[in-house]
Amino acid sequence: MPSKYRSPVMDRRSFVKIVTASLGSMMAAIVGLPVIQYFISPALGKTGSDDWISLGSLDNFPFDLPTLFNFNITQVNGWERSSMSYGAFVLRKEGQDPIVFSDVCTHLSCRVNWDEENKEFHCPCHNAFFDANGEVVSGPPPRPLDQYEIRLDGDQLFIHLTEG
Amino acid sequence: MAENVFSWLDERLGLKAIYDTILDRKVPKVNWWFTLGSASLFLGIMQGITGMLLSVYYVPTPDHAYDSITFIMTGVQFGWLIRGIHHWGASLLILTAFIHMLRVFFYGAYKYPREFTWITGVGLLISALGMGFTGYLLPWNQRSYWATTVGSEIAGTVPWVGDFILRTLRGGTNLSALTLSRFFSLHIWIFPAIILATVGTHLYLVIRLGISHIPDKDS
Repeated sequence: MPSKYRSPVMDRRSFVKIVTASLGSMMAAIVGLPVIQYFISPALGKTGSDDWISLGSLDNFPFDLPTLFNFNITQVNGWERSSMSYGAFVLRKEGQDPIVFSDVCTHLSCRVNWDEENKEFHCPCHNAFFDANGEVVSGPPPRPLDQYEIRLDGDQLFIHLTEG
Repeated sequence: MAENVFSWLDERLGLKAIYDTILDRKVPKVNWWFTLGSASLFLGIMQGITGMLLSVYYVPTPDHAYDSITFIMTGVQFGWLIRGIHHWGASLLILTAFIHMLRVFFYGAYKYPREFTWITGVGLLISALGMGFTGYLLPWNQRSYWATTVGSEIAGTVPWVGDFILRTLRGGTNLSALTLSRFFSLHIWIFPAIILATVGTHLYLVIRLGISHIPDKDS
């Protein structure tokens, strides 16, 4: 190559290297950055609910016996419409507002059962026990059973389901 | 620091030797037609990456395939981009590979000692067409359903063994869930495995034998 065409700054080879590297990084970024969004966008979407669920008449629930009420909520996850099942234990006491516990163990979200013989909630996953008021008796749970916010409309009981 | 890390790795892995062999090898004076192999390789890698990403959300069952693609297009951020690259890249790859083949043919680059490179190239083109045929069914829309119906019907016209081929393609007499899942398996496992091995051989031969110069009056 005649010397008048030769750059004093860099040779052809380094120029090609720099151009290849910058074009390559640009293309990688154009594809790569959207990929992050592509992966995490379903995690950011709100799928939660904020509903008042009717549990029917208070008369359905006996005094001093935590009674399980099951209900289903339909949710859309991606392309699938699925029914999520929930459980609530209703505890009535004479002269007091009812207390409604979530049946989700506060340890790692297994479902608790009421053991009438020992008057305890029992979570079978890691052998956790809660008393009738939801307080931890033994086992790994970090806090008492969660309670739903309630509303009474005459003798009709409603609980507030908030998620997400 | 970076230099130290590099020389530590280079001493153990021989990175410089790999670089010199692959990127600094001697080539004759060539023209732009000689870039189509690299272009096909680049597009193939893009198809691999976007394909893996699509499999995050796609499901190959008749009751959800179409819905999952609708979800990719409308429910996932940049889903349209990932699928768009996969969709258009597929057509472009066939185009670049085909013109690459024409270049090799018209420059006589398939001749001794490069016959086997040509044979692996033919395998790659057929595999790419196989990827196109199997991938076309996966959206499970009207167009893909009937395209596969027609495509497998054509395969069924082969004398004697046609019916057997048609049934094997469809996984039974009819186009069904079995067809979709076996096309999916072919598309993401079997063809990619074949292509990976064949591309490896193809590139090894290109590097081992070097590329032939553009024919001149003497040749």
